[in-house]
Parts: sequence; C-alpha cells; structure tokens
Amino acid sequence: MNTVIFRALAPYLTTLMMLFSVFVLLRGHNEPGGGFIGGLIAASALAIYGISNGVPAVRRAIWAHPIHLAGTGLFISGLSGLPSLFANVPFLTGLWVFPTILGVELKLSTILFFDIGVYMVVLGTIGGIALTLEERED
Amino acid sequence: MADETTSSYVDLSVAYVDATVQAADYLVVLPVIGPLIMSAFCLMLRRQQHVQPWIAGITLGAVFFGNIALALRIMESGPVFMAMGRWLPPFGISFNADALSVLMTLTASLVSLVCVFYSAKSVDGDGRRYGFYPFLLMLTAGVSGAFLTADLFNLYVWFEVLLISSFGLIVLGNSHAQLDGAVKYAFLNLVATTLFLIGIGYTYGLFGTLNMADLTLRIAESDGLPLGTVALLFIFAFAMKAAAFPLNFWLPASYHTPNIVTSALFAALLTKVGIYALLRVAGMLLPGSFDTFQEVLIWVAALTSLLGAAGALASTDIRKVLGFLVLSGIGAMFVGIAVVSPDGLRGAVLYAVHSILVMAALYLAAGVIGRMTGSFDLHSVGGLYRAHPFFAALFLILVFAISGLPPFSGFWPKVILVRSSMDAGEGWLTAAYLVSSFIAMIAIGRVWLFAFWRDDLDGTRIAITPLTRDEAQAYITPIAILVAVIVGIGLIADPAVHMASAAAIGIIDPSAYITSVSPVGP
Amino acid sequence: MEVILSLLVGAYFTAAVYLMLSRHVIRLLLGAALLGNAANLLIFVAGRLVHEVPPVIPLGLTAPESVTANPLPQALVLTAIVIAFSIFAFLLVLSMRAYQELGTDDTDHMRVAEPVHVPRPPQGY
Repeated sequence: MNTVIFRALAPYLTTLMMLFSVFVLLRGHNEPGGGFIGGLIAASALAIYGISNGVPAVRRAIWAHPIHLAGTGLFISGLSGLPSLFANVPFLTGLWVFPTILGVELKLSTILFFDIGVYMVVLGTIGGIALTLEERED
Repeated sequence: MADETTSSYVDLSVAYVDATVQAADYLVVLPVIGPLIMSAFCLMLRRQQHVQPWIAGITLGAVFFGNIALALRIMESGPVFMAMGRWLPPFGISFNADALSVLMTLTASLVSLVCVFYSAKSVDGDGRRYGFYPFLLMLTAGVSGAFLTADLFNLYVWFEVLLISSFGLIVLGNSHAQLDGAVKYAFLNLVATTLFLIGIGYTYGLFGTLNMADLTLRIAESDGLPLGTVALLFIFAFAMKAAAFPLNFWLPASYHTPNIVTSALFAALLTKVGIYALLRVAGMLLPGSFDTFQEVLIWVAALTSLLGAAGALASTDIRKVLGFLVLSGIGAMFVGIAVVSPDGLRGAVLYAVHSILVMAALYLAAGVIGRMTGSFDLHSVGGLYRAHPFFAALFLILVFAISGLPPFSGFWPKVILVRSSMDAGEGWLTAAYLVSSFIAMIAIGRVWLFAFWRDDLDGTRIAITPLTRDEAQAYITPIAILVAVIVGIGLIADPAVHMASAAAIGIIDPSAYITSVSPVGP
Repeated sequence: MEVILSLLVGAYFTAAVYLMLSRHVIRLLLGAALLGNAANLLIFVAGRLVHEVPPVIPLGLTAPESVTANPLPQALVLTAIVIAFSIFAFLLVLSMRAYQELGTDDTDHMRVAEPVHVPRPPQGY
C-alpha cells in the first residue's frame, strides 16, 4: 500500500473525511447522519492515514490515546442525560435552547452533546482497534 | 423552529410522561448511570491511577446508599418507574424497579463496594493500568441495568455490557491459564446471549413489542401461539448464563483463573444475573413456562446441585472448590424454580441473595489464604488458625453459612426450599438437595480443616507470610463486612424474607409492575 | 419473501451450529459470527418485510398513509450488529493471543486451566 500516489493523496483524503465526519455528525438530528456514522467515518480516516504514513504518525496526530477519547465521549454522553434532572423530566429527555449569536439562531440541545459523545466513543474504540491491528502487521 | 417542537400536530400526550419527575425518581437510574459515567471518568484519568480506587469507592458507596433509599421506597409504595426521554412504553425504553430488582441491585452494589476495598491492595499496578476500575464500574453498571430495565432488548444490551466488561476483567494479567479459561468463558457466554437474542426475535415477531409490562398483558390475552418454544429458548439461554447442568462447563474452566477479586465479583454477580433473567422473563413474562418444563427443571436442579457438590469434593485447588460450590448454589435456586410455587420462588430469590454475599466473601477469603500461604492447593496450605484467629473465625462462619446452618443467612432459604419441595410432593428432589448440601459442607469444611486447623506438613511447620497492617485492613475488612451482613440476615431474617416474598409475589402477579408502568393501550 | 428469508435464516443456523461443533477455535469464531448474523436476520424478518415505504408521516397527517416499513427491527439489528462486531473483535484478538501463547487452536489441547492429571485432594493429614 506504500505507493507514491496513495501517500501523496492520503493526508488530503484524511482531512476531507474528518471534515465530512463532523458535517455528518452535526446534520444528524433531523436528517440522515449522526454521531455513530460520523465516528465511523472519522475512524476510517485515521485508519487510512495509518496505512499510508504509519501508525506512530497517527498517534502523534491525535495526541490523545484512543481509549482516552472513548472515555471522554462516554462521559459527555452520560452527562448529557443529567440536565433533565433539573428540568424535572425523566433521564435523557432532550432539552433545547435557541440562543441567537451574531444574528444566527443556533439550535443547541442535550441530544447534540449525546451525539458528540457517541461520535467520540466510536472514533476512540473503532480507531483504537484499527490502529492496534495495523500495528501488528508491521 | 422552536414552535415546531413545542406545538406538534400529532397528539403526543398519550406517548409522553406528563407528570414532573422528582429528583428521588432518579434513584432508579443512579445504579446504572453513576457507575457508567464514573467508569468513563476513570478512563479519562488513565494516568492518575491512585485516584481511581477512590472514584470507584465513592461512586459505589453512593450507589449502595441510593439503593437502600430506593428499596425502602419500593417496599412502602410499590414499584418505581422511569421512562427514558419521556417516551412512554411501548415507544421508549424504561426502567422499572420492583422488589426483585431492587433486592438484587442492592446486594450486588454491596458486593462491588467491598470488592473495591479489597482491590486496594490485591490489584497491582499492571491490573490498574489495563483498566481494572473502569471495567469494574462498567460491570456494576451492566449488572444493575440488567436488574432494573423493563425492556427485553435493553436487557440484552446490558447483558452484553456486562459480558464485555467481564471479558476485560478475566484476561487482566494475561497468564496462560487466563487465556485458556477466557476462551471457554467468552465463547459459551456469547452463544448464550445470542440464544437470548434469538428468543427476543421470536417474541418481537409474535407480539410486536418488547416492553415487559406490555408483553405481560399481550401474552395474557394471546391464544394458540407457540409460546413453549420461545420459553424454552429463554430457559436454555438463561440456564447457560446461570451455569446450570448440563450447560455449566464454562464456569469451572474459567472462574479460578483471574485475579481473586475478579473471581469474587463473577461468582457473586454473573450467574445470578442469569437466575434473575430466568425469573423475570420465563417466570413473569411467560407464566406457565416453569409448569410446562417442570420435569426438565427438576432434573436440572437435582443434577446441578449434586454435580456442584461432587466437583467441590473432588477438587484440590481452593478456588476450584469454590467454583463448584457456586454451581451447587445454582442448583439450589433451580430447586426453588422447579417446584413452581410462590414459596419455591421466595426460596430461590432469598438463596440468590445469600449466594451473592457468601460466594463473594469466600472468594475474597480464598485470596487471603493464597496471600498468606502462597498457595491455593489443599496439599500445601495450613497453619492459618495460629497466624490469624479472627480470620479463621470469619471463614468458619462462612463455612456454616454456605452449609445452611443456623443462625446464618443460608439457613432461611434452605428451610424454605426444603419445605416447598416437600409441599410440592417432590420428595426425592428434597433428598437430592439435602445430600448435595451435605457433600458441599464436607467439601468446604475440609478447606477450613486443612487451611486453618492443620499446623504442620509432614512434621515441618508451614511457612506463613503474615499480613502487614495495611493489608490486614484492606483484606479482612471487606470479608468482615460481608460476614456481618450474613450474620445479620441470619439473626434478623424478617426484612430479607419480607423482600424476597414481595419479589416472589411480583413474579407471580405482576399487576403492580404493570400499573406502575401504565403502558399505552394497543 | 418472508419464506425465502426464513429458509436463509435456517441455513445460517445450520452452518453456524456445524461450525461451532468443531474443536478448532477459528471455526468456532466463524460459527459465532454466523450465529450472530442469523439472529439479526431473524429479528429483521420477524418485523415483517415491507417494500420501499419509509416510516415517515407526511406533513399534515397524523398517521402514515399506507403500511410502512417497520423501523424498530432495523434499530434493534443495528444495535445488535454493533455489539456483535465489538465482541467479535475481542474474540478475534483473544483467539490469536491464545493461539500464540498456548501454541494450539484445538480446544481439546487447551488444558492449562484444567490440567488432565490433577492429584486427588488430600484424604487426611
């Protein structure tokens, strides 16, 4: 897999996939997409970068251990259910706020944070597994 | 966009919880989300290993006291219910805690908590680096989730959560024996959960719903459906989870291999989750399934308890003796299930609680034996009475408790089981159970005799490494706490028996469970 | 359509059970993966099959116009696939480690945890 074409192309491909994964994550609430599929795209981006430039390069680039990422994601997801405690509604109920910043209405919700958490869990675990398996091939 | 979410053209009032939820209602989800979030937090603090035991201890302590509050509330005013994200069943996933759920969750959280105390000294840096505490917390979350959920598919998910964390725990340390045991443990448990999933598939195909309360209603109305097949699949899957004969072989192959705290947790919790699921799904959802398969269940009960006792008698490794005693206990619980009576179920539930406490304490005590004598082999242990009389006394109480002697926690379930099986006219089942518990008593009594009473080996004194002060605190305190609870249940049996009775009634007549959920009509 | 898929589920189960009866860990692994897929397909079929009608309520209506595809089995199957995938990944690594460390993939020869010849427990002292 170490052809010049692939190695030259892989960084751009990885960047593009990472951006796309965030796009998919954010459009997820009412349209196809979401944290899970976004995380999978991001994890494949890491895997591609790992194949072309070696696993150490990936580990340097993400500067956190994949398990660390997964733990943080699970933490965010779990916490996103707790604001409903203070709103007197059951656990994990979606709560929305619509602040207007610079004339643009933002739609923020606890669901979004849950999805971001899922994104990080998937990125961390699947990326971690992929990197470990790629390391074994060397 | 704001008005679209608030004023909907579809009437959501039938699908939404309208009543405000008090903070106290969150006690239902606390045993799951507390450990889950804190497990994630421990993962985030991978490098700060010294704070992880504190996080785990404080979390599980909070969960334990939360469970006590929940238990008091349930015994006073019936099952407590929470619909995740406001969606009422059958649309959303919900948690529903009745007497059976809370009794099991409470006991499980106590055992996890004392295991954290014990792990302060017995889990070394390697074990911590590879995630002992995150896995422990996730295992507790999975076990509590399985006890509390009111949705069949969600039960499967919690089974997998606890399965994955148990995989992580069982290979922690990476010795050859552990890999060998883990292969058998992992594959057979995976088959059991997949069978459970298949049962869920059929249930969904037949009824189009997976909420337990909703299912109970629909099954009661149904007529001429192949419920026996579904029930058999569930019984098969959960009996495999509970390690009942002839589906038990993964347990003696794996339980003696990991770190002793892990063994204690597994022996206490995992098989009982199988028993709980059997009671909940086959007992409550599919009433009559125990009657249909009574003959099989009686054989399973008798053979499991006899095989467990015989295996314990034939083992030389103390941890293996204990592994077989877990089996023997599972047989006793099946005695209660097989006699198909409220009394039998009460005995089974009470025995499950007793077994969780005693097996955890025995494994932890075996760890101390191994630490002080440097061996788990009955041929070479000894001299512990002289070295640590208090520990010897604790172990002797555990021996009496697991043999079902008064005044300890094993006595009451044994009385109930013997009487209910006699009442059911299954005299020889009673005989098999009594014989097996007699053999089990010999097997565990022999452990005490060799490890504590024996002073010298072929004329030479057995070398003992005494516990340091720190170690004595970390090792003996958890065992003493469990022994105190065991003696407490034995002397003041009323609360435990009362809760077990409420649990058994809840299985046979789930009307309180259903009204607390109030599912939307079909 | 349901009948054909039911037969396929049966074929999956047959193959899975056959593979899992083997003594070799790698076949056990394949059998377990196949068994999981069989269960997923079973849930999918149990939700009844409807062709190409997404379960979306059109604007202005309170109920879907016609019979739609059932979204719930798809959610269940997706969850089960994810879980099965992660467990499969674990089992794969575990089997490889066991093969490297124990030097065999034959479960009959995996006797480290349960040795063949164990001395009998002491009869007295």
